[in-house]
Amino acid sequence: MTIQIILFGLISIAGIGFFAYNIWKIRDNIRIGKDTKRNDKKTERIKTMILVAFGQKKMFSRPIAAFLHLCLYVAFVITQIELIEILADGLSGKHRLFSNSLGSFYVFTISFIEILSVAAFFATIIFLARRNLLKLPRLNMKEMMGWPTKDANLILIFELILLVCIFTMNGTDEVLFNRGISHASDVQGSFGFTISSILGPLFFDSMSNSSLLILERIGWWGHFLMVIGFLNYLPYSKHFHILLAFPNTYYSNLEKKGKFDNMQSVTNEVKLMLDPSADPYAVDPNATPPSRFGAKDVNDLTWKNLMDAYTCTECGRCTSSCPANVTGKILSPRKIMMDTRDRLVEYGDGKRKNGKDFEDGKSLLGDYITQEELWACTSCNACVDECPVNIDPLSIIIDLRRFLVMEESKVPNELTGMLTNIENNGAPWQFSQNDRLNWANEE
Amino acid sequence: MSLQVPTMAEKIAKGESPDILFWVGCAGSFDDRAKKITKALVKILNHCNVSFAVLGTEESCSGDPAKRAGNEFTFQMQAMMNIQVLNGYEVKKIVTACPHCFNTLKNEYPELGGNYEVIHHTQLIQELINQGKLSLQNSETFKGKKITFHDPCYLGRANDVYEAPRSLIEKLDAELVEMKRCKSKGLCCGAGGAQMFKEAEKGNKEINIERTEDALETSSQFIATGCPFCNTMMTDGIKNFEKEDSIKVLDVAELIANAADL
Ligand code: SF4
Ligand code: SF4
Repeated sequence: MTIQIILFGLISIAGIGFFAYNIWKIRDNIRIGKDTKRNDKKTERIKTMILVAFGQKKMFSRPIAAFLHLCLYVAFVITQIELIEILADGLSGKHRLFSNSLGSFYVFTISFIEILSVAAFFATIIFLARRNLLKLPRLNMKEMMGWPTKDANLILIFELILLVCIFTMNGTDEVLFNRGISHASDVQGSFGFTISSILGPLFFDSMSNSSLLILERIGWWGHFLMVIGFLNYLPYSKHFHILLAFPNTYYSNLEKKGKFDNMQSVTNEVKLMLDPSADPYAVDPNATPPSRFGAKDVNDLTWKNLMDAYTCTECGRCTSSCPANVTGKILSPRKIMMDTRDRLVEYGDGKRKNGKDFEDGKSLLGDYITQEELWACTSCNACVDECPVNIDPLSIIIDLRRFLVMEESKVPNELTGMLTNIENNGAPWQFSQNDRLNWANEE
Repeated sequence: MSLQVPTMAEKIAKGESPDILFWVGCAGSFDDRAKKITKALVKILNHCNVSFAVLGTEESCSGDPAKRAGNEFTFQMQAMMNIQVLNGYEVKKIVTACPHCFNTLKNEYPELGGNYEVIHHTQLIQELINQGKLSLQNSETFKGKKITFHDPCYLGRANDVYEAPRSLIEKLDAELVEMKRCKSKGLCCGAGGAQMFKEAEKGNKEINIERTEDALETSSQFIATGCPFCNTMMTDGIKNFEKEDSIKVLDVAELIANAADL
């Protein structure tokens, strides 16, 4: 018993410790981003978070997927209650510590978890089938090949194993209790859990006492190890969204979607150009000149852009609503988010290893995202509207465009003409400003 | 009756200050198709005796295409010059028939010193009808006709205006038929983000064709728009399918002006 307790304690500490280390790394990476103000309107932010993350409001435009997802999500959250007992049992060497003291409330709670687990079990199977048999287009696009698809399947398989462990643990214990040898009680009887009181006898009745005792332990340890494993898998996976969805929706952009930020650095220069007598330092004495206009790499983006990248679930709702993507262009807003995350992980690791001035000659723009992708965007905001966790791929696209245009003068030819016209005659076409009112007198 | 289009300069010279400035926009000023929308709106304003003025030759591009194309310098230069003019005339309220100008003036000018109440022309027309200044009663023009509305991205998703144009279409006694992708799920016409001024990237279809298919599916007689660029894109789409005879693309202002027999 003591060995079990020690082992349990060590695995818990190692598991939670490693998880904490990874969280710290991700936090460190997100802080590479530039500042942006997202601390105002706290009530509205909390409301958004409750509706969008907790209530999954935006999922419901696709009701079937939303319902299945809800099953998994609720089961996941509620199952964590059981974790409290696992921790208590594991550290005390007791068995079902709360079953006596909580009585019928205990039976209710575990039964509730069991029912949700059955729902989650079926939801998982359907999700697996949808991905692998039905080959839902949005889940099988180019950027999903390789690791992303494996990641998605792995987590579903994890989920299945976890559920099997839960029912093995409860089912065998039920049979043991029927026989009067469960560690939970010295009398004979039934726990009365809704599902396992049926499944237990059905599957395990023919087994010997000793095999049952071993199997029960396998279920219990399996459950615990899956949870620790899952926890440590999260930071490497798109499933990190189950945690980041909350802060990410809290820090949502609350402005109208059409509003793009006005670059302060440009404002200062334009003011000087229009009014040479203006004091260059009057605008903001603390303003440091920007290292560059727009974004070339992840360190030019805002921390919210970077948090977005870690929150992306790779569901592809953005991409399947993107007018450019549905008409065959290579732009995919999901890929923009996945690229940003991949580059951020690479950049962050490099920085931690090689110090602050780390340079690897690579950048988000160019090595990950191409100009062709950027210029295909119509800035229609469909991706932003669609995202179930309020991610904004458009703001990354625009910041990368700004770098292309303002730092590198890499503008598609026709747009150069348009821009010159605006500068010369105040319209995107070559018409004189003096002719602007001609329409009023034309027939 | 000829159009009455006073400029701000004329009004001020007469010591008058109009209630609202009509921001015409580049398309509304120069594009042949869009000029018709501009005139339809002026007819409505004249008919309702709205006290308005335009900037005329003092107006310049709002800077929207430059900003979406990533050229923040050109955008802010345009914005600040326009703000100087607008503030010089102490403009308080602006109406425009272009959702791109609408979005930029409303959302992006304030931080640069331009604070105005900006409304889309469909919102103004709705106000005029509600105030009883414009009546569409007894109008038979569109009675029983099927009309579908294409949401401009910069009016709908960008600024959450979905109801004003729809309520106007309903006033026509017509049947409003929604496309399968509508309101916040509406598909872009393909012109936004400065795409209007360039060829599309390589793909397997033009965006306006995809969108025109949505519209054709509704078997409407009219596609209503609220944006000069959407209008161009949808008109081109209809031409592509050679359906000019069975389905027309009209701005909501044109529908209203026609129905009111202006
Ligand atoms: S804003 Fe750009 S990336 Fe997003 S859906 Fe529209 S075209 Fe696609
Ligand atoms: S950005 Fe949002 S909608 Fe797009 S794949 Fe990621 S989570 Fe899904």
